[in-house]
Amino acid sequence: MRDLSPKAKRGIAIVMVISALGLAAMLVLNALRDHVVFFYGPSDILDKAGKGQIVRLGGLVAENSITSLSDGVGFTITDGNNAIDVVYAGVLPDLFREGQGVVTEGVLEADIFRANTVLAKHDETYMPAEVADMLKDQGVWKGQE
Amino acid sequence: MMMFDYLANPTRFRKITTAILPVAVLVSAIALAFGLYLAFLASPADYQQGETVRIMYIHVPAAWMAMMCYLLMALSAVFYLVWRHPLADIGARAMALPGAGFALITLLTGSFWGRPMWGTWWVWDARLTSMLILFFLYLGYMALADGFERAERGSKPASLLLLVGVINLPIIKFSVDWWNTLHQGSSVLRLDGPSIDPAMLKPLLIMALAMLGWFIAITILRMNTLIMRRRITNLESRKSWS
Repeated sequence: MRDLSPKAKRGIAIVMVISALGLAAMLVLNALRDHVVFFYGPSDILDKAGKGQIVRLGGLVAENSITSLSDGVGFTITDGNNAIDVVYAGVLPDLFREGQGVVTEGVLEADIFRANTVLAKHDETYMPAEVADMLKDQGVWKGQE
Repeated sequence: MMMFDYLANPTRFRKITTAILPVAVLVSAIALAFGLYLAFLASPADYQQGETVRIMYIHVPAAWMAMMCYLLMALSAVFYLVWRHPLADIGARAMALPGAGFALITLLTGSFWGRPMWGTWWVWDARLTSMLILFFLYLGYMALADGFERAERGSKPASLLLLVGVINLPIIKFSVDWWNTLHQGSSVLRLDGPSIDPAMLKPLLIMALAMLGWFIAITILRMNTLIMRRRITNLESRKSWS
């Protein structure tokens, strides 16, 4: 170290400080993983949600699951493996429909999730409606309905 | 490095940037006119989001610019801290305000987009929160850099702040891959190619070019202003000594 120029020393110090900070940030974010995620899927929510605790549940609205109930609307959120029934009384976002990604906030009761908020989550695919129709006609549609 | 040494002479820097400035302004103006026309009139509505998707043509390029600008400032900070060249410090200072502007535009347009599509103005998910932190980093940098009687005294702490904050950039970029977020994943800069229709990608890239040209022009103007301001301060302090 003694033979190095002050410039080289400063350069090495900067590289070392940034690496150390980067590593620290990685460790912190990894440790806080459960708190950084915005929502849990139907598969982890049973482990993660305490009784009466407000949590967010996200996934796709299952096909043919939307029903109108006396106290609002009922639907099922699925991640392909597990599914949870949700009850919600309130205004649904425009993008809410079967097959759509949603994030709900509420409380997990015995076997249903009572939601206070329903947010729509859309994917990162953008295309004109004509292209979407064409893909559906050709049977190569991979997106949400 | 050679280029940096070459440009480091303020007189030469002034000469070169004065030549670049009109080109940047012209490119930006043409791209902006064409880009806005494509974005708001000539591009198709989205199959899912309808006309609301047009917010993307402002939101996404502004977000790219906010992140690129911070990266350039952090590189300037390295040049300043290692080589101690004042021009690198002036560069970072000049980029801070436009960078903060881009971050603010990203946050505001994102909010206007989130309300109709997601059903909320704001959520504390990883992408939105890390972008807000970027905005605060810009504000913190400006407060620190300009917080001293003699401007140069703030340069070193402010440059260190830039280096610390650079960790936030990969967090912003990959937040949507690492964690569950309400914000959707990347559409353009992704491994398996853009998931955005060419008719919508074109206005997006042209708007990005418009913002880039504007950013280059404004940075050149601000840098030359800061160089002159420093000269004036030096002359004044010399005068008061004699």
